[in-house]
Amino acid sequence: MLNYIWFGMMFIGVIVGSLTGNIDAVTAAAIDMAKVAVNLAIGLIGIMALWLGVMKIAEESGLIRVIAKGLRPMTIRLFPDVPPDHPAIGSIVLNMSANILGLGNAATPLGLKAMEELQELNPNKETATNAMAMFLALNTSSVQLILPATVVALMGSLSSQIFITTIVATGMSTIAAIIAVKFLEKRKRFALIEGNNS
Amino acid sequence: MIDSFVLGVNEFSKYIIPFLLVGIPFYGLVFKKIKVYESFVEGAKDGFTIAVRIIPYLVAILVAIGMFRASGALDLLLNFLSPVLSMIGFPPENLPLALMRPLSGSGSLGLLTDLINVHGPDSLIAKIGATMFGSTETTFYVLAVYFGSVGVRKTRHALAAGLFADLVGVLSAVYICQFFFG
Repeated sequence: MLNYIWFGMMFIGVIVGSLTGNIDAVTAAAIDMAKVAVNLAIGLIGIMALWLGVMKIAEESGLIRVIAKGLRPMTIRLFPDVPPDHPAIGSIVLNMSANILGLGNAATPLGLKAMEELQELNPNKETATNAMAMFLALNTSSVQLILPATVVALMGSLSSQIFITTIVATGMSTIAAIIAVKFLEKRKRFALIEGNNS
Repeated sequence: MIDSFVLGVNEFSKYIIPFLLVGIPFYGLVFKKIKVYESFVEGAKDGFTIAVRIIPYLVAILVAIGMFRASGALDLLLNFLSPVLSMIGFPPENLPLALMRPLSGSGSLGLLTDLINVHGPDSLIAKIGATMFGSTETTFYVLAVYFGSVGVRKTRHALAAGLFADLVGVLSAVYICQFFFG
């Protein structure tokens, strides 16, 4: 699926850009975004190092195991393929907590740590596992309790009005994500088989 | 009452990061006698390798998104979708944000700022926009970064599920706001 969407975006970009006379802008965007991507990744180094360092302390002090144990009833349902004592569960829980609390900066390093640990359980290193897909979908559905700081800054005192609507909407999208993952992982098109390349 | 609650929650959230940065080493050092400085450095080492590993994935995704956006294809899609969506009560003003949100964080924030400036924070359109922004994510970026960091290239159903969740989030934002404020 990603292959088609990725190609499709570029293809449509070039076709529409040629027809509308925006082709210069398309070229400029391609070159700019390549630079932006590197800057984004480089910008992540410091914050990644910071949180991975703190995470290492949490791991060695057994804090992650304690947290993972507490949320076991939920995690074994969402991630049945991951052993409940595996460190990945601890990282997943911490990433979700950071997301819920609106700590975007902390959520990414914690999430990448979780991905690394999920990858250890993956027999086929180039293909996503069911647990990875579930984790990704939960992350993209944005489980969030605290409004993004940017939204609070823009909405001012009216933020409180959208507090509840945001929680309800984000709750709906998270439920949708869980249902979609559970439903799609069994479809033939996405099934976990050798040579699957959608 | 809800006003002071929300402001309180957002005030509280300022303290979470510094508290964690101190609380976790505190627990390790005081209760578990861990060499916290050495552990920190050991863990932090991975920061560089992970960040560098995601570069090719980010370049691929962001270049495609950039070309698509710059071509004006989004405007064509808007013209096409607006009449269809207004039939189901979806305000056309909120459509650009809904389409931009999974593609670009800075792009969608720009659109949200614009919506709030043009229509005023008190308008239904601004409230729908803000709710939409808070309840969805930049799916393509998250997908590229997360899978890129471990070198997974075959993403299976993750994108479909993520985009479906975004769709549900966007529609929920519209209908919930119309119900509460409409």
